[in-house]
Amino acid sequence: MRYPPMLGPASAGVRVGTAAAGNERASETRGSWLLVLLLALALALGLTQAAPAVAQSEPNGDDEVANELLEALDVASFPAKGEAIEAIVLSEDPRARDWLQALLDGRLQRTDEGRFVVVLDNTGREWPVQDALSGEPLGEMSRRDLDRIGINNALRNQLRSAIAVVDLYSSDLALRRASAERLLGEVDADLAEPLAAVIEEEPDARVRERLMQALAIHRLEQGEIEAVADLRGSLHPRVRVALSRAANGDEPLVADAAREALNSVEQMLKVNRVVETLYFGLSLGSVLVLAAIGLAITFGVMGVINMAHGELIMLGAYTTWAMQQLLPGQPGLALILAIPAGFMVAALAGVAIERGVIQFLKGRPLETLLATFGISLILQQLVRTAISPLNRTVITPEWMSGSIAINDALSLTLNRMYVLGFALVVFASLMLIMRRTRLGLEVRAVTQNRAMARSMGIRATRVDIMTFALGSGVAGLAGVALSQLTNVGPNLGQNYIIDSFMVVVFGGVGNLWGTLVAGLSLGVINQVLEPWAGAVMAKIIVLVFIILFIQKRPRGLFPQKGRAAEG
Amino acid sequence: MSILRSLAHRDRVFDFLVPAASPVDVRHGPILYLEDVTVSFDGFKAINNLNLTIDDGELRCIIGPNGAGKTTMMDIITGKTRPDTGSVWFGSRHDLLSMNEPEIASLGIGRKFQKPTVFEALTVFENLELAMAADKRILPTLTARMTGEIRDRIEEVLVAIGLTEMRGRPAGILSHGQKQWLEIGMLLMQRPRLLLVDEPVAGMTEQEMERTAELLTGLAGKQSVVVVEHDMGFVRSIARKVTVLHQGSVLAEGSMDQVASDPRVVEVYLGAEAEEETV
Amino acid sequence: MDSSRLWLLRPFGERSTLIFLGVLLAAMTLVTLLHVAVPPGHPLYVSAYTVNLFGKYLSYALLAVAVDLVWGYLGILSLGHGAFFALGGYAMGMYLMRQIGDRGVYGHPVLPDFMVFLNWDSLPWYWLGFDMAWFAFLMVLLVPGALALVFGFLAFRSRVTGVYLSIITQALTFALMLAFFRNEMGFGGNNGLTDFREILGFNLRSSDTRLGLFLATGVALALSYVLCRAIVTSKLGRVCVATRDAEARTRFLGYRVERFQLFVFVVSAMLAGLAGALYVPQVGIINPSEFSPLFSIEIVLWVALGGRATLYGAVIGAILVNYAKTVFTGAMPDAWLFALGGLFVLVTVFLPKGVAGLLALRLRRRRNGNGSPSVKEAAA
Repeated sequence: MRYPPMLGPASAGVRVGTAAAGNERASETRGSWLLVLLLALALALGLTQAAPAVAQSEPNGDDEVANELLEALDVASFPAKGEAIEAIVLSEDPRARDWLQALLDGRLQRTDEGRFVVVLDNTGREWPVQDALSGEPLGEMSRRDLDRIGINNALRNQLRSAIAVVDLYSSDLALRRASAERLLGEVDADLAEPLAAVIEEEPDARVRERLMQALAIHRLEQGEIEAVADLRGSLHPRVRVALSRAANGDEPLVADAAREALNSVEQMLKVNRVVETLYFGLSLGSVLVLAAIGLAITFGVMGVINMAHGELIMLGAYTTWAMQQLLPGQPGLALILAIPAGFMVAALAGVAIERGVIQFLKGRPLETLLATFGISLILQQLVRTAISPLNRTVITPEWMSGSIAINDALSLTLNRMYVLGFALVVFASLMLIMRRTRLGLEVRAVTQNRAMARSMGIRATRVDIMTFALGSGVAGLAGVALSQLTNVGPNLGQNYIIDSFMVVVFGGVGNLWGTLVAGLSLGVINQVLEPWAGAVMAKIIVLVFIILFIQKRPRGLFPQKGRAAEG
Repeated sequence: MSILRSLAHRDRVFDFLVPAASPVDVRHGPILYLEDVTVSFDGFKAINNLNLTIDDGELRCIIGPNGAGKTTMMDIITGKTRPDTGSVWFGSRHDLLSMNEPEIASLGIGRKFQKPTVFEALTVFENLELAMAADKRILPTLTARMTGEIRDRIEEVLVAIGLTEMRGRPAGILSHGQKQWLEIGMLLMQRPRLLLVDEPVAGMTEQEMERTAELLTGLAGKQSVVVVEHDMGFVRSIARKVTVLHQGSVLAEGSMDQVASDPRVVEVYLGAEAEEETV
Repeated sequence: MDSSRLWLLRPFGERSTLIFLGVLLAAMTLVTLLHVAVPPGHPLYVSAYTVNLFGKYLSYALLAVAVDLVWGYLGILSLGHGAFFALGGYAMGMYLMRQIGDRGVYGHPVLPDFMVFLNWDSLPWYWLGFDMAWFAFLMVLLVPGALALVFGFLAFRSRVTGVYLSIITQALTFALMLAFFRNEMGFGGNNGLTDFREILGFNLRSSDTRLGLFLATGVALALSYVLCRAIVTSKLGRVCVATRDAEARTRFLGYRVERFQLFVFVVSAMLAGLAGALYVPQVGIINPSEFSPLFSIEIVLWVALGGRATLYGAVIGAILVNYAKTVFTGAMPDAWLFALGGLFVLVTVFLPKGVAGLLALRLRRRRNGNGSPSVKEAAA
């Protein structure tokens, strides 16, 4: 691809070569000839009713030049179109970017009367269009009245580079950044020199760095060994492609340097992968912690096995869905409101289970397990019958979607970040409740010695209800968080109940810290295993590991010691 | 009752009270020997440098305030709890710390728990049957048959503990005192060399306490008996040698009178007890 | 209690066992007569389909007896007995797969269809020998037994009991389910093993074979029942009950509790495996869903409904629940899970001794306090 020299907004005299100027002139003449021809053709076909429209937006002097630039595009020969694109870039017309973008997207079209328009939305039959020159909206037109200016793949590439070049001169930093990004690996000899000048003038360091790299890739292709130094440390895939191509190239010196640079990149990628695994592991772990921590309270503190815990999580997730149904168009607000709502719904359900069933089974843990399992079946079927057996969609609000780019090869998704933070906040609040509030004190008292606590005036029944409400409510919170990560369906809870129990047992029953450490570490272990064992095998290995672990240390990572624990 | 009364006759020995042949080597003196034993739960030292020696055939009472480490000491001897440091020997040949509960039990150490633990779903008769010294491996247990000889032994013990009438009833319906007796009966069936008895008279009437005292003193001489008890009256009635535990170690040792006059003991334990008694 | 010298024959001295065996024998005879002697179309005719259904119930009943043995008498609530059942079933399924020979869809002389489909060129080593009936039938007992041995050895040695044990048994069967879902395991993945043709040379689709399988299951149930009764009425059975109610105390009496637990657990796992092996040829398929935690916990419900620690209660419970399931899932499938869930709650809260407890209560009332309450039933 050849580029004519050009004038940057601030660049002084980077023009070279008369050949390019000649080129420009040539395309101009061809363009005007074409215009005449087209006009003649239009008149000959008798499309006179379009004439007033043409007359109405009679191009002024500037627009006349612009119209000619566009006319030059409407030729059959693709090389000629290429030249016309170059002319547009050279024209420094402020509308050039829009034209090029429209041309790239196939939205630069011509009406039957020869007017250039930009189609705003090319879905459906009637397309809203605007005038390519004046930008004035022209209402809707039928697709049959429009002619698309076609391009091929070579032109498409040229257009992308051309748009990038045009963007480089924009005052909008985001545009410049994006354009620098696009130029990586697309720089050729014609572009190299002007680019060097642009770099000098560029105020933004990131754009500068990118352009340097773009230039360095070109220099590397030319066999310049110094270019390797500029590329070292970049994790961008295109840089890696360029380096590995050089590493396999003919020049031994360059190849060695490139290979060495590649190795250091590989090292950094390895670090990246570790960070990524850790992040996904912690994210999975935070989900486990959220799911398990409510269980740690009801099972660990009260000694009650609640197999319906997973269904309480499911209720929390469905509360989020219901909130979004109640507040259409405001998924973010609905999500925030779902936090207290999910807590309340699950807590109330938990209290109902405690009062309705569990209190009658005090001191019979195995029967409690069976009865609550029955409840879990009923709750699942209730949701299936009352709502739907199919998954419901919960919308992720805008501020939670997207990701944070750490470097060229690593970006962390935001929703997982939020869930991780949420899990830590929930954990910290629970710790505070257990350590600093009257309820926490009473719960711990009842846990350690029920009879003694009662004789000191603690109403054990009330404490039971509160504890169960708290544990269940936290399950609801887990559901709210899970609705942002997985599908919300009747089986949601079932998928987490075994994992949750594993976390509690692994961490040591009755120990919230243990639950946190166990949850996070199980999450990380799972993610570490996944690449070489596969997702299912990883899960099996973790389960088997825990089964073996419990045999070695039946009371978990952080066991309670002493006579009381011997039970 | 006549049989019970006859228990007081030191010259007569029932065959069920004769210890089973046991490999315990007591030629070098003590039957039980604890040295420098320490165990802590979450930093709290339940037992702290405990040294204790029980001679063969001795009847020893161990007293001490709550939390002195009496039950924990029993747990260590029977293998339920592992100490952090120290050594525990049964005779001069058996290191108890290297064994588990069934091994220790089959060596001839029997234990009666603080809270009477009998098998409530089984009959009184079956409780005694299970306790009986026998081959306790799986297959012999599976194919075990009730012989007349075994039946006779169980009947003898039933008479001794006064539960003959109850032999066919589930142990769960027994009164608290009856359960205590049943547990003592199970100890007798085991024919141990060393009996560890944790609070044997809790919940017993005055009469039952007397019977228990007679039974325990009757055992001493042939078997070694260690009694942990809170009831001072009961201890006074049976004790020859008393050990006072305090904060996990031995505070004083000697006859009841010696111990009772020890000012330290009076301070930590008997003082409080005496006050209670006078109230 | 010790009328017989041979411990295995002891149960024949018990009235309850004789009644149970009598009822079972009568039921089997009746079904056979109504199937063979009554002409089809007659209202009393029992179709091959129904015989098959009864056979399925009986294999479930055998499974329930196995669970009752460990839960009722040993106090170990296994939420993973479905795993032993499924392993026995898979061992039988592998034998039946090999019997298909070259009559599969792909017509491969050795490889089952799913292996041909996966482009495998030879049998995995663990499929070898399953073409021989004696080997396969041995594996039906040995594979579940071996798993129970290893798992139980580890668990009981470290004294994992109570709810912890329940949860890890559940994790065990869950892990196995995930594993068997994988195609790479070589057990047909998601679809499991199916399309069986014949067993020991008899065509599985003929009604005579179905009747034979039904009768074989009945005999297996009867023998297993006698074996279990012999175990629980022996001194070993009393040690089990002692362990259930006061594990530490039993240890101090000199019994190595963990070995007793392991012995009974392994016996129970083998019986579950046997039940699975009898189940598979009757339903014609074995797939990983038998490993699902839901199924395992359902078995426990059968036992709870019938009455723990009675053995015959487990049989009653298994048949009642499964009959209800057949009726419900046919008439109103949505309601079944409600009914099942409700049963769990009702049985645990209102009927802790199950149907057997009700029967015993009525019997005792009729006898009007004549004689002491049975010891086993006093067990909580």
